[in-house]
Amino acid sequence: MSQTALSPQPDSETLVIRPTKGWASLNLRELWQYRELIYFLTWRDIKVRYKQTILGAAWAIINPVINMVVLQLVFGQLAHLGSEGVPGPIFRFAALLPWGLFSKALTASGRSMLSNRSLITKVYFPRLSVPLASTLGGVLDFLISFAVLLGMMLWWHVTPNWGILTLPFIILFALITALGVGLWFSALNVLYRDVGYILPVMTQLLLFISPVGYSTSEVPIQWQALYALNPMTGVIESFRWAILGTTPSDSLSLGVIVGISAAVAVTLFISGLFYFRRMERSFADVV
Amino acid sequence: MSDIAVRTVNLGKEYQIGVQQEKYRTLRDTLTNAVMRPFRAMRGELPDETKSLWALREINFEVKKGQVLGIIGHNGAGKSTLLKVLSRVTEPTTGYVELHGRVGSLLEVGTGFHPELTGRENIYLNGAILGMKRREIERKFDEIVAFSEVEEFIDTPVKRYSSGMYLRLAFAVAAHLEPEILVVDEVLTVGDAEFQRKCLGKMGDVAQEGRTVLFVSHNMSAILRLTEEAIVLNHGRMVLRASSAEAVDYYLSAGHANAGERFWKAEEIPESSAPFRPIALRLRDARGEVAETLRSTESASVEFEYELDAPIKGLRVGIYLHTMRGDPVFTSFDTDDPGMFETYRTRPAGRYISRCTLPADFFNQGRYTLSVNASAYRIRRYFQEERALEFNVDPSGAPGMQWSEPRPGVIRPRLAWTIEKTEAAE
Repeated sequence: MSQTALSPQPDSETLVIRPTKGWASLNLRELWQYRELIYFLTWRDIKVRYKQTILGAAWAIINPVINMVVLQLVFGQLAHLGSEGVPGPIFRFAALLPWGLFSKALTASGRSMLSNRSLITKVYFPRLSVPLASTLGGVLDFLISFAVLLGMMLWWHVTPNWGILTLPFIILFALITALGVGLWFSALNVLYRDVGYILPVMTQLLLFISPVGYSTSEVPIQWQALYALNPMTGVIESFRWAILGTTPSDSLSLGVIVGISAAVAVTLFISGLFYFRRMERSFADVV
Repeated sequence: MSDIAVRTVNLGKEYQIGVQQEKYRTLRDTLTNAVMRPFRAMRGELPDETKSLWALREINFEVKKGQVLGIIGHNGAGKSTLLKVLSRVTEPTTGYVELHGRVGSLLEVGTGFHPELTGRENIYLNGAILGMKRREIERKFDEIVAFSEVEEFIDTPVKRYSSGMYLRLAFAVAAHLEPEILVVDEVLTVGDAEFQRKCLGKMGDVAQEGRTVLFVSHNMSAILRLTEEAIVLNHGRMVLRASSAEAVDYYLSAGHANAGERFWKAEEIPESSAPFRPIALRLRDARGEVAETLRSTESASVEFEYELDAPIKGLRVGIYLHTMRGDPVFTSFDTDDPGMFETYRTRPAGRYISRCTLPADFFNQGRYTLSVNASAYRIRRYFQEERALEFNVDPSGAPGMQWSEPRPGVIRPRLAWTIEKTEAAE
């Protein structure tokens, strides 16, 4: 459909390379021109992820299932925390989907500039492609787990309501959150390798201060606005609402929680983009 | 439009070198540093003392469309930095570059190759990284595979390829780039001679198709073969732009070799070479005198003196010999002999001289360069210096000197000829 020129046209472009200072424009048009590269980098990450494993892509199912079992045992059986009227396993598994997308994207994009060092020091391309591709690489795992979730819903006879139509927006919300944090960390990790050590600790901590194993209703209501500053709170609660139709019973309205989280996520995302663009000019020299 | 493809104006690149990287001797230092560092970083004084280094300074040149320009200079002269700026990998500090046309850069072959992916998958990935569109790769796919000569293994993960196959595939992708301006670093120094010739041929084609090429190499023969004009860089500045022949001459005569002996001063030795510490490299003639000119008909010896501050396991110390034009003659290590390797499995700390004899009736007339290397195979390279010494070979008395014609070839062996008279068959 698109008319790609088969041979380079003479004088097709003139490019001036000069030092840049301060904040740079995002240049999303160029990023769009490199969409095929982003596609190939994502494809590479997915392709390579399960090479030389016996179970292959089954890991995309096994991991969240094990996590679900552990969370169900700790929060459901031992702590007796409620699950808003749906079966505990499904309540927790539903949260693990956006959580998995987030934590994988965060880990992968945080490391991405270092693991693609050989590219960055040898070839030019918009550097944003690297963390972007790492984030998108988690979408396939998400879809696989999603099929499992659908199976569980059939088993426990949980029927979604019309809220499921908003699912694409909620997935976008999760991706923006993941990418926002990922951009900050990938840029910081080039300059300060300490980030590599902080990341695993931070994701572990975040798991417990996000409503993955329990519901937001367990948080005292006066603290919930603060709690919603963690953007994953809004992502997870809205995801549960879309799929299972649950809302935290004893809490601020879902709209307020999601609103606060979304504002934080968008702020992180936009500031992350600009910070990354500002730092990227020195990447090839310091990575 | 003008017919200029590349123009650089007052181009400069400065690197900050932090003294930070110095090793911390004691645990206490390491700890205080670890504690203090974030505070210092907050106050914005991260690198305690930074030195700056101008890798490029005031570079001004133009390249016409369809021209092939060579870039030559010693290690650290700024060649690679220049290519990195031209290919937008790193930003200049001052000045600017104008590029008229699509730029393709080839600072390394096989950039982004992933060992777990098959040859086929890597062609697509690498093509995309080098800036090819998917359709373009699809269209050229068969051609790329044919050029690489790895048809049978195209669906095998490249980690199972031999290094030669890997390289051929990588170069095949790169050779099918069709930019209007091609920026090439020294990618041809790897690979066997046959394949190098093929690649040079392909690059010659590129130039013939009217595309602009900027080509960096240490290989003077390649520069002379491929380029009409060249620039010489020295300490980040452009010192000459002239016809390739003139530029190569200038570069060779401005060589930094010493007469038959090379001493290393403490500040010349990179920290990364510890515990290996080079002391001196000497070339001695048949009488044992340090000499810069050897006679082809007499043997000579090379000695490399060094000190080990700690024992090194699997150390090998050796020499590389090249012609002045950069063509390799041979490589040899002191533990090449398996018996020697067994004896020196671990070389204890101390002062050593590794010495070898260069046989008589071996070199042809000409000028050669000697490089040294100390490494542990596949573990670490401790020290390497290219062109540590240069020497001349005088051919008087060599076979065939009764004819004044020049004898092509790197070596001039004295072969045991016999002439036998046989009865003519009827």
